[in-house]
Amino acid sequence: MPPVPQPRFLRSGDTALVVEFGDRIDRDISARVLSLAGLIEAAAIPGVVEVVPTFRSLMVHYEPLALPHCELEQRLGPLIDRIRIEERPGRRWRVPACYDADAGPDLADVAERTGLSVAQVIERHSATEFHVYMMGFLPGFPYMGTLPAELELPRRENPRLRVPSGSIAIAMAMSTVYTLESPGGWHLLGRTPILMWDPRRAEPTLVAAGDKVMFTPVSRREYETILAQATAGTYDLRPDGEARA
Amino acid sequence: MTAGLRVLTPGLMTTLQDLGRPGFQRLGIPVSGALDPVSLRAANLMVGNPAGTAALEIAYQGPLLAVEVDSVRVALAGAGAPLDILGEAGVAERVPPLTSVSLQRGQRLRIGALSGGAVAYLAVEGGFAVAPVLGSRSTYVRAGIGGFAARAIAAGDVLPLAEDAAAEREEQMLPALDLVAPARYRIVLGPQDDYFTQAAIRTLLEATYTVTPATDRMGMRLDGPRLEHAKGFNIVSDGIAPGAIQVPGNGLPIILLADRQTTGGYPKVAAVVSADLPALGRLMPGAQIAFEAVSIDEAEAARRQMMAYVAELEASVTLARRNGVIDEAKLMAANLVSGVVDARS
Repeated sequence: MPPVPQPRFLRSGDTALVVEFGDRIDRDISARVLSLAGLIEAAAIPGVVEVVPTFRSLMVHYEPLALPHCELEQRLGPLIDRIRIEERPGRRWRVPACYDADAGPDLADVAERTGLSVAQVIERHSATEFHVYMMGFLPGFPYMGTLPAELELPRRENPRLRVPSGSIAIAMAMSTVYTLESPGGWHLLGRTPILMWDPRRAEPTLVAAGDKVMFTPVSRREYETILAQATAGTYDLRPDGEARA
Repeated sequence: MTAGLRVLTPGLMTTLQDLGRPGFQRLGIPVSGALDPVSLRAANLMVGNPAGTAALEIAYQGPLLAVEVDSVRVALAGAGAPLDILGEAGVAERVPPLTSVSLQRGQRLRIGALSGGAVAYLAVEGGFAVAPVLGSRSTYVRAGIGGFAARAIAAGDVLPLAEDAAAEREEQMLPALDLVAPARYRIVLGPQDDYFTQAAIRTLLEATYTVTPATDRMGMRLDGPRLEHAKGFNIVSDGIAPGAIQVPGNGLPIILLADRQTTGGYPKVAAVVSADLPALGRLMPGAQIAFEAVSIDEAEAARRQMMAYVAELEASVTLARRNGVIDEAKLMAANLVSGVVDARS
């Protein structure tokens, strides 16, 4: 195994410390970030408020009056030495996806720009097992990779002012689901009927960093059926291998 | 639940806020909470609440509320604003600043236009009877969570109260609340100060910026000299700290406030120190702002000092004096002139 570079500590004010492992999107870097996040949570260090994993760094939010920056850095040192590069297993989700033309208004455009047929775009997207690198932008909004290279496109030149919630989208090497209606510049391939963000649930977000996600194509009719159940709060999606309640 | 405070007019943007919702940022859920937690604490102290109890955050223009419980005790702290009690006959009685007051059923409470600051907090004794979401009653409108119906209050709402009568006791007051804005807001450079030219860092530390009207609970957009990026304005997204100063492609800084997104892909040149965030949260559009760089040790010392001031406030709550002992006109004048209310002057 190649030598593991030591992460850098970067300041972000007096209540957050960035532990930076690199400057690119990379599965090994992500594995280190998530490993350290788990180690810090397990260590339950008094004064650490929360940790936020991102593509290439971990942000540690802390209370400096309980844990001054110098002590925080001392506490992190031994945990960094215990980082494992192996990805944690994570949960596996199969998310229903309707790829009809009205659900995925950019399908034809993506097909044209990639030189694939619409059917091939759907096939490539739904055959990919995505790794959730991080959450951000909106509550429950996952940044998932890695998209097959032939589907990689820059963001739209003219972002939409309103992307409907549940929209399944791609940009660069990433895919996501818009968990709320919001402005957005990603290409819309379809929609999921499940609520990736539902403030009525005890755990309002569905997936977390480190999870794996695959999209399962469903018909318009199945989409409508699941949507009705999800809206009523009776659709109970569980990760693979976990029994429903 | 039908008893509470009825909203006759809501004000511009009145939301329930407490000290925020930490612990869920890894799921993309912002912290939210009061823009000015010092004033929130002050308002709660006067009505005898724990300092972090959720209160109404009033932006720019206050609401008109009707009392639909037997009685209720309230207190207002933050930007200068007239607090009037209107009786059945519509006669207004002005409440002295930084003093709690009890209202009876049928009376109305009016908070006018704020001056000298963008936010003020109306605390009610016992707090509002709304369920916490993920441990907090703070309203985060964008995702529809927390607060009263997950949105700003609106005409016709009845805000439920935990208590249906004010406790039998004397009113309380704070002798003073220091809301003076720092001459320069202290910042710690990083985490991406290396994404900017040396000239850009100098500009940030020497120039004066203006708070623009495109400012909200998420971010404060500044106008002034543009900051030049040294290696582009796109970074691989990373975490966002409170008070982080991000600089998008147009070179104009945005300071991220209570409803800030948890992660972002613009370089962040610096972050405002936590001790100066309450004062930052009070700034109105049009306000001038300048920065000075401090070390992390200085930032920690500033936070210690800020928390000591909060503890001092807590110890300074006293019984309100009545019958002309306090010169109300003088209080109001002090409040408008300097933004500081000092009953000892």
